[in-house]
Amino acid sequence: MHARVHITLKPGVLDPQGEAVRHALGAIGFNGVNGVRQGKVIDLDLHGIEPAQAEEQVRQMCEKLLANTVIENYTVEIL
Amino acid sequence: MKTAVIVFPGSNCDRDLARAFERVSGRPSTMVWHKETALPSGLDVVALPGGFSFGDYLRCGAIAARSPIMRAVAEFAQGGGHVLGICNGFQVLLETGLLPGALLRNAGLNFVCRDVHLNVETTDSPFTNAWHNGGVARIPVAHHDGNYLVDDSLLDRLHGESRVAFTYCDALGNVTDEANPNGSVSNIAGVLSPNRRVLGMMPHPERLCDPALGGSDGAKVFESLLGALAPA
Repeated sequence: MHARVHITLKPGVLDPQGEAVRHALGAIGFNGVNGVRQGKVIDLDLHGIEPAQAEEQVRQMCEKLLANTVIENYTVEIL
Repeated sequence: MKTAVIVFPGSNCDRDLARAFERVSGRPSTMVWHKETALPSGLDVVALPGGFSFGDYLRCGAIAARSPIMRAVAEFAQGGGHVLGICNGFQVLLETGLLPGALLRNAGLNFVCRDVHLNVETTDSPFTNAWHNGGVARIPVAHHDGNYLVDDSLLDRLHGESRVAFTYCDALGNVTDEANPNGSVSNIAGVLSPNRRVLGMMPHPERLCDPALGGSDGAKVFESLLGALAPA
C-alpha cells in the first residue's frame, strides 16, 4: 500500500522561494503567472498497516514529523 | 555553572559554544551526543548549537528535534532548567515545541553571514541581565532560514509578556526594516519561553566572545547566565 502526502504552506505565509520561481518564469517568457507557491510531496511505502488505519496513521506522521503545522497544511492520499 | 552542549550530526558551532561557556564558568562543558537518552546529572544549562543538523533535511531542525536526547532536554526545560538554542539550535527548539513560532527561508532568499546589531529588548531574563540598562549588541548572524514567524495573537502575547529578547536594529538601536536581515516579523531575533528560562536566538553570541576575534558583545549572554546561576 502506498500513501502520498502533499505539504503546502498555509495561506498568508510568505513563500520567498515560490516568489523567486515566479520571477524566473517571467524572465523566460511565461507572463501571466500571478503567483507560485512551492510545496512538497512525500511518498510512503507502507507495510503491515491495516488499510482501515492507514490514513489515520499517516495523519499522525504528518502531525508529529512530516509537516510543521505552525506554517504548513497537509493532505493525505491512500493509493 | 554546569553546562552541556548537545551535538547532532552536522552541528558545527558546538565547540565554540562549549568554549564560550568554559570562558565564563571556568569549567568545561560536557558534550552530549544526540543518541544519548539522558543528560548528565546536576546540569544548570543545556545548549543546542548552530550548524546544519541532519543536513537540514525535511525542515531545519526537524529531524534533530526527534532525536533521543531531545526528550530529556524537553523534560529538563519543563522542570525549570535553562536551555539556550542558537541558530540551528533555535530551529530545533521551535520544532520541539519548547518555543512558539517557526523560522522560514530568509525573505531575501540569501544566506546572510555578517555582523548585525541587536536591540536588547528585555534585561529581565537569565540570558540578558548583564546588559543592565539594555542597549545595542553587535553579534554575527549566519543563516538561510532565520525569518521568524508567529501568528498575530502569539505575537501580541510575546510582546505583552516581554518575551522578545532581541530585535534586529541599526548601530544606534533603531529597529527598522533596513536593519532586518531576514524578514522576521517585528525584527525578532530571539524569544523567551513563558518561564524565561528557554531562549532561542538566530545570532551567534558564541562567535564574538573574545576581543581577539573583533568583539566581545556575545560574551554577555554567557555572563548573564553565570550571574543568574552562580551560587552567590
